[in-house]
Amino acid sequence: MSIDLSQFFEVFFEESFEGLDTMEAELLNLVPGEEDLETINTIFRAAHSIKGGSGTFGFSSVADFTHVLETLLDQIRQGERELSTEHVNLLLKAVDCLRGLLAALQADQATDLTEANALRMQFEHVLEKKDNVLESKPQNEAVLSTSNTYQINFKPHHHLFKTGNEPLYMISELAELGELKTTVFYDSVPDITELSYDECFLHWRFFLNTSHDEKAIKEVFEWVEDDADITVELCVRSFDDEQPASISDHNHDLVLSEQPEKLEKITTLPAKSKPSSNKDKKVASAPESTSIRVGIDKVDSLINMVGELVITQAMLNQLSEQEITSTTITSLKEGLAQLAHNTRDLQENVMRIRMLPINFVFSRFPRLVRDIAQKLNKKVELKLIGEQTELDKTVMEKISDPMVHLLRNSLDHGLETVDQRVLAGKNPVGIVTLNAFHQGGNIVIEIMDDGQGLNTKKIKEKAIANELITADSNLTDNEINELIFMPGFSTMDEVSELSGRGVGMDVVKRNIQSLNGSVEVTSAPGIGSTFTIRLPLTLAILDGQLVKVAQHTYIIPLISIVESLQIDITKVSRVGKDLDVLRLRDEYIPILRLYAIFNHQNAIESLDKTLLVVVETDNQKVGLLVDDLLSQQQVVIKSLEANYHKVDGVSGATILGDGRVSLIVDISGLIKLSGLKKPGSQELTIETQATLEAL
Amino acid sequence: MNSAQSQLSNQLNLQQQQGVKQFLTFIMADEEYGVDILTVQEIRSWEEITVLPNAPEFVKGVINLRGTIVPIIDLRLRFGLPSTDYGPLTVVIVIKIEFEQGSKIIGIAVDAVSDVYSIVEQDAKAVPSLSESNNCEYVAGLVNVGDKMVALIDLQKTMNI
Repeated sequence: MSIDLSQFFEVFFEESFEGLDTMEAELLNLVPGEEDLETINTIFRAAHSIKGGSGTFGFSSVADFTHVLETLLDQIRQGERELSTEHVNLLLKAVDCLRGLLAALQADQATDLTEANALRMQFEHVLEKKDNVLESKPQNEAVLSTSNTYQINFKPHHHLFKTGNEPLYMISELAELGELKTTVFYDSVPDITELSYDECFLHWRFFLNTSHDEKAIKEVFEWVEDDADITVELCVRSFDDEQPASISDHNHDLVLSEQPEKLEKITTLPAKSKPSSNKDKKVASAPESTSIRVGIDKVDSLINMVGELVITQAMLNQLSEQEITSTTITSLKEGLAQLAHNTRDLQENVMRIRMLPINFVFSRFPRLVRDIAQKLNKKVELKLIGEQTELDKTVMEKISDPMVHLLRNSLDHGLETVDQRVLAGKNPVGIVTLNAFHQGGNIVIEIMDDGQGLNTKKIKEKAIANELITADSNLTDNEINELIFMPGFSTMDEVSELSGRGVGMDVVKRNIQSLNGSVEVTSAPGIGSTFTIRLPLTLAILDGQLVKVAQHTYIIPLISIVESLQIDITKVSRVGKDLDVLRLRDEYIPILRLYAIFNHQNAIESLDKTLLVVVETDNQKVGLLVDDLLSQQQVVIKSLEANYHKVDGVSGATILGDGRVSLIVDISGLIKLSGLKKPGSQELTIETQATLEAL
Repeated sequence: MNSAQSQLSNQLNLQQQQGVKQFLTFIMADEEYGVDILTVQEIRSWEEITVLPNAPEFVKGVINLRGTIVPIIDLRLRFGLPSTDYGPLTVVIVIKIEFEQGSKIIGIAVDAVSDVYSIVEQDAKAVPSLSESNNCEYVAGLVNVGDKMVALIDLQKTMNI
């Protein structure tokens, strides 16, 4: 009869957090005065299911709190109250508070109700205020201010328990509404021999003296409407008169005698759930990593593929039992090819399970922007582009904090105040754009603002003061801008609450680099600045082209390869001291000699005997000179940093089929290493390693 | 079995209380060096290695140790000794070193493995700091075993690469 509810906790929490996210997103869509009924309904529904769920699972603190919130929403929904900014703010605060409560419950920690109670007071205050304002429904006021007695008959059908409902919860919920007198009828309880423990033979009559209206009472039974006969009537008689004394007393005893047993059941619940919740505890600090929601179509396609795999395996099995002839060998080869195909498909699909739309990160930003804008007294419009761009879950979790930081930075430092903007002849509302898209094997996230741009002069002064550069360093504006990623750098004269402590940008850069990503900034004074984050889509597997460089095997990510070709020596010209450039159709491609960059001896040096692999990264093309092209294969990326440290020009290592280690070429690192900086953008500039190090 | 085990652990405890530690020693250029045996993961023979580009000379490259990429350090070069050829007799001692950022597994190539000694750590004498040569900083102390001298290696410093 008693179900271990704890097994559903995780689902409840997940759904509740999702509901809160929905509420938050929809609340931000609400504009007082022109609210959309559907939006309010969505919010209301989310709040309602959180309330229902928390009530069912006995999280009364959450249920109670949600109740006041729901009341307000309901009034707005019914058109009894006009939505104001104050309401939206209050509701947003409530969402935060609920999130805190739920997180505490999930982590099995004590809930701190001070904030919730304070907010509840505010809600109640708002609700009361409404009653004075309201003229359209004066009778409502009367209902609310005076208490009434209701007679409630609750006769559950026998199968009530099987639907997972527990009358006791409803009774205690009723008791919270007001003063409750309960009469239990046990006339239909059969003889002990016929008694079935999972059926409900009792029915009840309640007299409830409450200031709530009928609807609130019906709501208690909302979940069992179809499984019980329920009547709610307003009694004319007052509460105390309504005591058929003798029966009631008698029955009351019975109720009491029954309750301890049931109560015991309830109290044992937490105890039972303990082992599992202890297990969850570790996870609770990062609840988002515990589970993943996957579309059923993805799972179905996986099942299909596994089916194919099984068939292929059966086929191969059958072949292995036959005598080996030339025909069986042919079919064996076919079978193996099919197996390879299946494995690859399977792998791709399994990886796709880990991919989630970046919306999961983006969705929390409207709120953040709203709060910060209010705090800074700036007007900001946030534009989100490419929210459906998919990204590996692990990458997503780790990118969220750096993005928050960059966004705050844009709002705080980038955008000007309203006055400044008007003075500069700009739209008083600043625009911050988040743009995500796929490019090659990477996801690119841009954070753009149309603010004042970076103050290059100030950065330079600061950098000189901090001895990051010397006064006579000859740097381009872009190079100066990149200095903000150096540790201990802040140009803000005053430390603000949001940013400006000088820790941050270097941490942002480090975090992104630890994901094999990169971050860049471009800025134009008065027009705005753009931070560009580039990240690999996934951290685990990569399609690679194996190449030979002076007896060493390297892997070039297939995704960045544009083409491979033999060099037409007549189209090569030398620029500067030691840079060869190949004219390929209408482009000039700088040739990077891998053996030279990696410092390997005994490579083929003459251009006409080697091959050129043209690769593209960061919108620039370069040619990598290799001795030979070997096979293509998928490689599992292994970290070099785990036991060594980062090697420039190498993004990781992998293990080849024969057990040897092979290194994966990091193209952008390679370009940096070669001293070739940003070719193709304006002109080729050659920068010596020494200047880079001087920075 | 159980009692034998507990006896062994008792003995170990006792030894630890008295400051006795076991050291694995190896030979390099006719000198004997020791590392704490608890850091040693395994001893392997020399195998083909993947060279890392632009690495310091003493970092010979990386190997695949059952799916983990492990760098190999030539301890001779690290200590400023002349390098020798690698052959089937060259030994790689795989050690696990605790750093502040976490532990790292590193292989060190040495001439030959010698012996295991129990050494009281307090008996180790400081390295005479006469020479300006930076190689001494890698040695934590010197101890006498019989009539031989063993240099105990400070792995954290040596492998901070």
